[in-house]
Amino acid sequence: MSATRYFAAFVCACWLVTIGIATIHAQEPENAPAAAGAPAVTNETPESSHVEPGPQPIDKGDHAWMLVSSALVLMMTAPGLALFYCGLVRKKNVLSVMMQCVFLMAMMTVIWALWGYSLAFGGSPGDATYSRWIGNADYLFMRNVQPFENADGVVVYPIEGTIPRLTHMLFQGMFFIITPALICGAFAERMKFSTMVVFMILWGTLIYCPLCHWVWDGGLLAWDIPGGKKADGAWVGALDFAGGTVVHISSGISALVCALVMGRRLGFRSEPMPPHNLTYTTTGAALLWVGWFGFNAGSALAATEQAAAAFTATHFAAAAGGLAWAIMEWLTRGKPSVLGTCSGVVAGLVCITPASGFVQPMAALVMGATAGVVCFVACTTLKTKLGYDDSLDAFGVHGVGGTLGAILTGVFATKIVGGGAVPLGLLEELKTGAATTALDQPGILTQTVAALITWGVAAIGTFVLLKVLDVAMGLRVSQREEIQGLDLSQHGEEGYIFI
Amino acid sequence: MKKIEAIIRHFKLEDVKNALAAEGIQGMTISEVRGFGRQKGHTEMYRGQEYTVDFVPKVKVEIVVPSEGARRAIDTIMRAAQTGQIGDGKIFVVSLDETIRIRTGETGEEAV
Repeated sequence: MSATRYFAAFVCACWLVTIGIATIHAQEPENAPAAAGAPAVTNETPESSHVEPGPQPIDKGDHAWMLVSSALVLMMTAPGLALFYCGLVRKKNVLSVMMQCVFLMAMMTVIWALWGYSLAFGGSPGDATYSRWIGNADYLFMRNVQPFENADGVVVYPIEGTIPRLTHMLFQGMFFIITPALICGAFAERMKFSTMVVFMILWGTLIYCPLCHWVWDGGLLAWDIPGGKKADGAWVGALDFAGGTVVHISSGISALVCALVMGRRLGFRSEPMPPHNLTYTTTGAALLWVGWFGFNAGSALAATEQAAAAFTATHFAAAAGGLAWAIMEWLTRGKPSVLGTCSGVVAGLVCITPASGFVQPMAALVMGATAGVVCFVACTTLKTKLGYDDSLDAFGVHGVGGTLGAILTGVFATKIVGGGAVPLGLLEELKTGAATTALDQPGILTQTVAALITWGVAAIGTFVLLKVLDVAMGLRVSQREEIQGLDLSQHGEEGYIFI
Repeated sequence: MKKIEAIIRHFKLEDVKNALAAEGIQGMTISEVRGFGRQKGHTEMYRGQEYTVDFVPKVKVEIVVPSEGARRAIDTIMRAAQTGQIGDGKIFVVSLDETIRIRTGETGEEAV
């Protein structure tokens, strides 16, 4: 038995033991020591979480929408991303890419249940155990997330806003699944599966969870946190409605680092590597487009007017992105390609993600079209000039599109959609006279700073992880295995068997 | 006996089949093939990367006819498969030593 198999068996055994311990602990959340997380009823905040015994203040409309959204977001990873990516690789690697997506759906879900959700969303600002750096232990092993019986024998259903906390956990967990899956596009066709498994456990825990906490749970990069640096709370942090920084910049930059550290595929630029099945890719892109409605409009966490605005912005940006990329190809290459149109759709969706709950529909059209043009240049010209092998353009679409979206959010965001009393974007600031130049406008600056911080965290974190894993396990398959294809060498199966 | 191998365009297969059937030629074998002649393939573009595709997909039609009927069969195929554009294909004629019907053991033209 090889060292890799021993390692896999060891990891499985550790997980089973951990899950067993977790199950025992999770039975009695009310008896847990205060330091490990007080019952949720004590960390109540006016606008976020609280738990009350008796009749539950759950809004059924909100809850129904969030359950649907959760399913839509999961659909983005597989079949959406799995099909999108697998069509772009050579046919000897089709299963390896699908496996990465499906396996990550399983593995990241278990991590999210055990410790991921707690590290990302544990605690609220004002709690004694709250930290702006990382979530606390409130929700470890689903404590205070799953229903429990309190001291009076009443069953308590923890809630988050107007939905059960279980639903909030599920919805956010789908983001935890798709973000690392996006990175797979950069190292497709050459990474060892065993190393990918360990890399994703560490990446999810050490990079995604802190970033998620910083932006969405009142952490270091959160917008308008109580007790922020300015008394009016108007400028602190990043506007990130559905994951421009947390999901797309983090995964896109990590993807670039993966491509650079791992090196090019064998035969890159010397032998043909065209996509083996663009019908899969087109189907996958279409599923991504549909699933993205849950991703963005679901991020309102309620069936509100803001959800409608996010839904509209998402749809408009996708349409404008696809159109812009196709037109660019038409003008520069003479023909609009199917792959280009699909790529433009995804670029538009990525770009609008941070802005979706803050912008008007016409701004969404502009953002989507801009993303289509910029990502087209990144994937065709920039990549060729710099010479890195980002196999499926994870950086060109998600890294570049996400960064563009974060900055443009600072331009187009408006309080009319996003709520609040202060102007959000540059255009609104200039219109209201709150700023006379871009430098006076805090939103666009904080958006840029937040994007740069995310770049730094993702790049340095991924670089260190890869270097450690390279020494410990090796990153790439052997040359013989790479030539044979990852389907056979890593999984012992073939995607296409025609007899 | 002659064996005629015609490399033709996909969308001309039906025309060729009907034209041969109208001439009383019964039986044919077809297969999907790839290759190139003077046409020399084409280029494809994926996200700014150009690929040269040397081998163009075609259909190969194989029929067996008596020697005296070969010219008529060739003319029929040419008429049905021609578009006048580059890439219409080729016809190869091969002399055939023997034909055997497996079921009955008949040989020669009787077996065609």
